[in-house]
Amino acid sequence: MGQFGIGQPVRRKEDIRLLTGKGRYTDDVHVDGQVWAAFVRSPHAHADIRGIDIAAALESPGVTHVFTGADLEAGGVQPLLYDLPFKDRNGKPMFKPARRILPTDRARFGGEPLALVLAETAEQAKAGAELVEIDFEPLPCVTSTARAGDPDAPVLYPEHGSNVAVHWENRAPDEIDALIAGAAHKVSVDLVNNRLVVAPMEPRCAVADYDAASDVITLYTPTQGIMTMQTAFAALLNIPKNKLRIVAQDVGGGFGIRSKRYPESIAVAWAAKKIGRPVKWRGDRSETFVSDYHGRDQVNHAVMGLDRDGRVLALRLETIVNVGGYCGDNGPRLPIDGGGRIIPCGYDIEKFYFSVKPVYTNTVPTDTYRGAGRPEANFIMERLMDAAADATGLSRIEVRRRNLIPTSKLPYRTQMDFVYDSGDFIGTMDMTVKEADWDGFAARRAESEKRGKLRGIGIASFVEQAGGRPTEEMRVKLEADGSATVYAGTFSHGQGHETVYAQMVEDFLGIPFDQVKLVQGDSDTTPVGGIGTFGSRSSMMGGVAIRRSCNQIIIKGKRIAAHLLQAEESQVRFEEGLFKVNVSSVSIQEVARAAADPSKLPEGMKAGLDENYLFEREPDAMNFPNGCHICEVEVDPDLGIVQIVKYTAVDDCGVVLNPLLVHGQVYGGVAQGIGQALTEDAVYDETSGQLLAGSFMDYGMPRAHHFPHMVAHFNESQPCKTNDLGVKGAGEAGACGAPPAFVSAVVDALSPYGVKHIDMPLTPERVWRAIADAKSKRAA
Amino acid sequence: MNVTLTVNGQAISRDVEPRMLLAEFLRDELRLTGTHVGCDTTQCGCCIVHLDGEAVKSCTLFAVQADGSKVTTIEGLAGTDGALHPVQAAFREHHGLQCGFCTPGMVMMGADIVRRIPGADDETVRHELEGNICRCTGYQGIVEAIVDAAAQARS
Ligand code: FES
Ligand code: FES
Repeated sequence: MGQFGIGQPVRRKEDIRLLTGKGRYTDDVHVDGQVWAAFVRSPHAHADIRGIDIAAALESPGVTHVFTGADLEAGGVQPLLYDLPFKDRNGKPMFKPARRILPTDRARFGGEPLALVLAETAEQAKAGAELVEIDFEPLPCVTSTARAGDPDAPVLYPEHGSNVAVHWENRAPDEIDALIAGAAHKVSVDLVNNRLVVAPMEPRCAVADYDAASDVITLYTPTQGIMTMQTAFAALLNIPKNKLRIVAQDVGGGFGIRSKRYPESIAVAWAAKKIGRPVKWRGDRSETFVSDYHGRDQVNHAVMGLDRDGRVLALRLETIVNVGGYCGDNGPRLPIDGGGRIIPCGYDIEKFYFSVKPVYTNTVPTDTYRGAGRPEANFIMERLMDAAADATGLSRIEVRRRNLIPTSKLPYRTQMDFVYDSGDFIGTMDMTVKEADWDGFAARRAESEKRGKLRGIGIASFVEQAGGRPTEEMRVKLEADGSATVYAGTFSHGQGHETVYAQMVEDFLGIPFDQVKLVQGDSDTTPVGGIGTFGSRSSMMGGVAIRRSCNQIIIKGKRIAAHLLQAEESQVRFEEGLFKVNVSSVSIQEVARAAADPSKLPEGMKAGLDENYLFEREPDAMNFPNGCHICEVEVDPDLGIVQIVKYTAVDDCGVVLNPLLVHGQVYGGVAQGIGQALTEDAVYDETSGQLLAGSFMDYGMPRAHHFPHMVAHFNESQPCKTNDLGVKGAGEAGACGAPPAFVSAVVDALSPYGVKHIDMPLTPERVWRAIADAKSKRAA
Repeated sequence: MNVTLTVNGQAISRDVEPRMLLAEFLRDELRLTGTHVGCDTTQCGCCIVHLDGEAVKSCTLFAVQADGSKVTTIEGLAGTDGALHPVQAAFREHHGLQCGFCTPGMVMMGADIVRRIPGADDETVRHELEGNICRCTGYQGIVEAIVDAAAQARS
């Protein structure tokens, strides 16, 4: 349909507001009479707490209250419990200790919140927090993922006796080790999937306001899902859901970590009710570094056997995931039945063994970060495929071609029980190879060499999974003036739903794009079945719920139109905003006006055109975005500096609703993937347990100059078969494709030195050392 | 201490704590919340405003240092008739923003680049954005927008 319909690169509705300073983020909320909150945080990675003395803090100028976990618990606040059903092979369940909102007995990571200070100004609250005296007995700590399970590692939970929460294994056939041992080619990789700080640009904040008359706490907070947050937070505060209102207007980036159950937000909400004054907490960036959940942090050991022709016979994979001082809401789930369940990604490998050990360490808990287990899984497979190319002598493209699931095998049920409905993995790879001019690489390499640079090219073919939680509710309401309002259970925080949903409503109902409004971000108006926006689910789950709400509007609209046109309902057709009977018609706007007026309606019909739809997808009906990314780099062999000089992406996101926005998702995802592979590393000092990369000074956020102008295309030939719109998720593809494509490229550039792998991030130091080591080995 | 300055064309005079940052002054005192604070180490550029026509990080100046100056924030960049500044318009055209949090700083920096370097190319713009972080866009739309606006400025 028209220039604002589905598939058009429509410019965003939200932009004018955000470009002129009229966005409204949580820190922009100011409630008259508010006090400011500051948290006292553990300076130790691991310590017993022998006492907390708040007397001096209470005397500090401007301080109104100081609370510890004892106060919160006396006030009914509940600890965080975890719904993680994993067991070991003997049926022993995972060890998943509760997390207290503000513990009073032991601190398990540096930065853990231990007390809350309220004062008239932010400065006074911070000064007061300095005066809370906590008597610590420091304990030995462990931060290393690989070493947390060692018998001599300090143990975080003595009652469990080990840092390993569970040793989970899949149901693998017995013959795997024999198949690998007997294979013509055997390859193995040992990988570190580096810990990342998610760092959405808006630091975390919370403002809580309690209304005694209605007994309702209003919590203003960044989020990715209003209703999920309301349910979880009300339970922690031990109050009925309708006594907690969650409000978020604009949110400065999410990437998976926004809707989590953060102790700070719970404490602030509780305190506002307790003291009867609004409470505001503004986390600064350094605080956000040690209190927002971190991402990734795995080590993987994988072994694969291939036959003489380069076809994979069997795979064995062991993963350790560092979940930090406590379970994140989803942390241990990620490699198992979160995104990690996508393993072995796009490859036709039926025989594989897969085990995961989540380990506790004295670090910030880890949780969902863009891709949530899928980037890690694809990284493992792609490093294995490069190793397989090396071992078999096949090209990196050919070894993938021989093992990717051919389209003819779809639908394909994976060993981990995903059903791939659609995709053309080999075709998409071929498109990318062509777009990237792979065949012309040798000439480009020669040209780089003349300038003293080593040039490399790398490829990654990936499959990920989207859809997330299986329900979502949306509501579409036609106003009497003919405009439409979408009440969303999803929550846009950069994705541009204001625009995309309006494109849909224009397409589905013929209501002009400009006359479609989005309402989101307030639990008072969000449909109760709302879940939110994460796991690239909004276009599929929210989009289908909009489609079906609109269908219901059309059905009811036909009855009204039949009544207005004095025709049989069965004679009414709906086309492009018009209800037609033979040559007469009424517009949807006229029908909406009539719907508001009971005198114009058929007997017994309720006024209004206002429909909700709670979409429940079938358990198997997810979608599997996939793609192929090719990266080209130049390495300065003297300095180890890597510059990306060319980046080509072809993504299969099914039907593309708005190419401008979907490209934006791809570029953003690639940038986060490149960040992981090139610059970012949340490094801990193993002795002190302190986060060394604790601010943007020490943590390498990728900048504009790290990227070339990227080229991105879609393979739109494979619409998704499991939803009404044919859409697949788009948000996480880049984060899956970029790290392996980049590492592959750098290793290729260093092939003259025989370098086979460098752990992420490929900083100049690591690259330089890899070259220096190779040179000295050669000299020896 | 007293600080007297012009903000978006309006004369303002206030008594402030000497250690109050310009960013805090704009956000907390004047409630001009379009200027954002994304870090505490002068790295992110979310807080960029124009001080006497030049881009500065408002988190890195005390309010009193702006005494006697003209400050323009993101709220004051569009024309009085509401017409977007060419850099704002280019950001919309090239999808240079997603969540919008880095955007005020990016736009103010972009306007500064366009003023100083009409015709700036992709590489120059990327280099000039060293002090601005965006977590959402991969910089692609941001750089395209500034290059486009810089090209318009030359023609
Ligand atoms: S807030 Fe000023 S540079 Fe980050
Ligand atoms: S648009 Fe979100 S940080 Fe730049």
